[in-house]
Amino acid sequence: MWVSKLRYETVIGLEVHVELKTKAKLWCGCSTQFGTEPNTQVCPVCLGLPGGLPLLNKKAVEFALTTGLALNCVLADHCRFDRKHYFYPDLPKGYQITQFYQPIGREGWLEVEFADGPRRVRIKEIHLEEEAGRTYHLPSGPDGVASSLLDYNRSGIPLLEIVTAPELSSPAEARIFLEELKAVLECLEVSDAKMEEGSFRCDANLSVRRPGEKLGKRVELKNLNSFRAIEAGLVYEEKRQRELLAQGEPLPYEEVRTWDEEKGITVYMREKEQAADYRYFPEPEIPPFAIAGEWVETLRTNLPELPLEKRRRYREEYRLSATDAALLSRRKAEANFFEATLQKYQGSAQTVANWILGELTRLMKEEKAEVTNLQFSAEDFAALLQLQDQKVISSKIAKAVLEEMFRTGTKPAVIIEERGWQQITDPNIIKTLVRETVVANPAAVQDYLGGKQKAFAFFAGDVMRKSKGRVNPELLNEILQAELERHRSVGNSGYQSDRQ
Amino acid sequence: MEMTKMNVGALRKALDRREISAVELATYYLDRIAQLDPQLKAFITVPRAEVLQMAAAADRRIATQEDVTALTGIPVAIKDNICTEGIRTTCASRLLADFYPIYDATVVAKLKQAGAVLLGKTNLDEFAMGSTTKESFYGLTRNPWDRQRVAGGSSGGSAVAVAAGMAPLALGSDTGGSIRQPAAFCGVWGLKPTYGRVSRYGLVPYAPSFDQIGPMARSGWDLFLLFRGIAGYDPLDPTSLPASVEAEGDLSGSIRGLRVGLPREFFGAGLDGRIKERVLAVAKVLAEAGCELMELSLPSMAYALPAYYLLAYAEASSSMARYDGVRYGIREGAEQGIVGMMTATRQSLGLEVKRRILLGTYFLSADCYEECYQQAQKVRTWMKQDFAAAYSRCDLLLTPTTAAPAFRIEGEAEDEPVLALTEQYTVAANLTGNPALSFPCGWINHLPVGAQLMGPAGTDELLLRVAAVYTENAPGEAVPERTARDVGEQIEV
Repeated sequence: MWVSKLRYETVIGLEVHVELKTKAKLWCGCSTQFGTEPNTQVCPVCLGLPGGLPLLNKKAVEFALTTGLALNCVLADHCRFDRKHYFYPDLPKGYQITQFYQPIGREGWLEVEFADGPRRVRIKEIHLEEEAGRTYHLPSGPDGVASSLLDYNRSGIPLLEIVTAPELSSPAEARIFLEELKAVLECLEVSDAKMEEGSFRCDANLSVRRPGEKLGKRVELKNLNSFRAIEAGLVYEEKRQRELLAQGEPLPYEEVRTWDEEKGITVYMREKEQAADYRYFPEPEIPPFAIAGEWVETLRTNLPELPLEKRRRYREEYRLSATDAALLSRRKAEANFFEATLQKYQGSAQTVANWILGELTRLMKEEKAEVTNLQFSAEDFAALLQLQDQKVISSKIAKAVLEEMFRTGTKPAVIIEERGWQQITDPNIIKTLVRETVVANPAAVQDYLGGKQKAFAFFAGDVMRKSKGRVNPELLNEILQAELERHRSVGNSGYQSDRQ
Repeated sequence: MEMTKMNVGALRKALDRREISAVELATYYLDRIAQLDPQLKAFITVPRAEVLQMAAAADRRIATQEDVTALTGIPVAIKDNICTEGIRTTCASRLLADFYPIYDATVVAKLKQAGAVLLGKTNLDEFAMGSTTKESFYGLTRNPWDRQRVAGGSSGGSAVAVAAGMAPLALGSDTGGSIRQPAAFCGVWGLKPTYGRVSRYGLVPYAPSFDQIGPMARSGWDLFLLFRGIAGYDPLDPTSLPASVEAEGDLSGSIRGLRVGLPREFFGAGLDGRIKERVLAVAKVLAEAGCELMELSLPSMAYALPAYYLLAYAEASSSMARYDGVRYGIREGAEQGIVGMMTATRQSLGLEVKRRILLGTYFLSADCYEECYQQAQKVRTWMKQDFAAAYSRCDLLLTPTTAAPAFRIEGEAEDEPVLALTEQYTVAANLTGNPALSFPCGWINHLPVGAQLMGPAGTDELLLRVAAVYTENAPGEAVPERTARDVGEQIEV
């Protein structure tokens, strides 16, 4: 088969570091809270003081196992740790405790819906390890000279490294995969997975090749600090490598490059060490222990519905659009709220989706609120939509009621009752309102009769304004139309004669 | 009152009867340290003010008779690789010359809670790496029986403190024999407990899968009291044994019918014939007390020493990685950038420590990990099986602790093979994690000789009981407990 020499394949593999959201660190009782004063969440153990000993936080193992189950991994039968040695000031013991010889999970996969359909991306392994501290290099430190400052609050926070097989074929796929992974982690409630707080970090390996050829030399890309940066960095790197290849200059060696966000380019950092020797050996201070089958089974039983399953269910069972299904299922709290509302609501799922993704999301964004700390329940929310469907209130009023519920937590029926916001459906009242405006605006009546449709909208708007939006719109249209048409048949002076 | 001649039980009585106060007792030992230690150098730090404060607190406890334990008011010397809050902990290294831990090791916390008085921090080979206590930045410790001879090590300071009556009790640490060998050289008792029976939390690690803190004393009973004070499950130590493994808590009970094995590998070429004779004399006393003797063989012993070196040095290279001048200890070359600073700081380590770091780093390198480290792990597994098999035939093993008595401080070269053989005798218990006790069993001229008892995991008390029975029934001359008291006087002469 003839293959164009100008076609290239891109091969991307990802290494994702995820901070697990245990309350305490991996080896000690120190808090893992983000954003506190430097070096306030430290102890002899996470400072690596001589004589400190690591006490394994089993919750971290549980989170790792849960993630392994969700990622369809083969789980290790024993939990073991190893030491990885390198010197860096933010690594207080001179070694990192990690899982080198026996990762807690391997050979898994995550199904992802890419542009050309769903596909399983293989997970090579997941392993548990500890975070290092953070180094801040200041051009001018506390005493005015260039300094490096160290914060060990992060030191010892449990970290899960997730390594994919090199089988993502474009920067967009890499981003989509990462978004799916993030959604899974959030859904499992094992990590905050916030890129902006560093609890979800990604290094990417990218190479290009001609179809059918073996893998090309790869570049490891660092400093990808947002989903946008990941895609942009990979796009840049893909283009750079393709051009090199097209010029007949494949990469001479594997290298590490960093993404320069401002300039929008990748910059050479160093050649990838051919044989970095980390002198791994089994951690002598943490006795290996068997991972009980019942433990794993309990975790398996407690696995929540994963985002992809949920999305599919929302599309198929609730007939939601693909976009709405994706948006609603992305966050567990919102998905739960959606489903809880549906339990109490007789109308269509799409209506609930529209309201959550529209008005409620807008309010939450404005007030920086979360669906988990709303003042009202899903039941109240369902009642509100029900009242709208029963035409007790218009959709416009419904929005005002929601705002009130959002602020005060008052039941929708109570709000409507107190404010007298029930929709006006009595034809006689509407007729009176219509007549008032028609009588007051004879010129507009002439316009209408002369064929100007705008005049109709003017009258309708006027009635709505005066009734504070309470008039049932369908009835209003009907009655207004009838009233205006009556003028056509009566003639231009109809009102005058009527008055007499 | 001659307090150095009193055992801990007698001191307890004297304290409880108010014949002496804890402050008087502490003052007595502080004075004795001031008098003897300039020559012996058993201590690195003696925090006089803190010692007297602790003693005063003990006196208040004794006065109210509330919460008085066997150790309330009793001074205990602590090896200087065990963390003491606010009291300098140097590990005999220049690198930690100004290291004041922010926490107490579990054993220290337990002793404080029991009302013991921490007397001071004792000398050792730097980071416990050595078997002479010559490798200390703070000067070498001398053997009180002959000051031209080594104290042994690495717990040489603790052994000498006890032997010379500068402390009634001391804590040591034992990675390959570091409690038992100096105990034998100095004529005192030293126990390397079952791995996990004494918490390692706060012990500065050398080779953590071998390290174990243990008691040193002038008699079996004293040793037992200190052991009981420090042993027990500690949730802060992941390798701590659950309490259920702890054996019964006293030394009474017959030893009749116990089967005592004499492993051939410990009585072969290189062993000083006079030591062999003394240890066999112990066997005879035990036989007379109703024990059954048997000869047996432990073929895995042929590989014990290389396996120990490989594994312990590998772990040591890792344990020592944290000393980079960033967070504590001395900092040098700060102007030379991160790598320059770490390099310069680590230059201040002693030669022996550097040697072990380099060897250990090599053993863990990708090139020889399989051939070195993994092979040595196999030997370790084999040794555990080999010893377990031996313990299915006998209850405990009797061996010499050392191949020769304490050797001269000068003249290292000729002593090398003897030292290696001695290490071979002691490392087995660390490789297998089993308990081992060294106790005095006689003299070669003016130098003490130690015998070693080993048993399966959890038999710490049994070893003590057997050694105590021996001591009771031994011919008077053999037991230095009865003469060790005079060591101070001997020095003063």
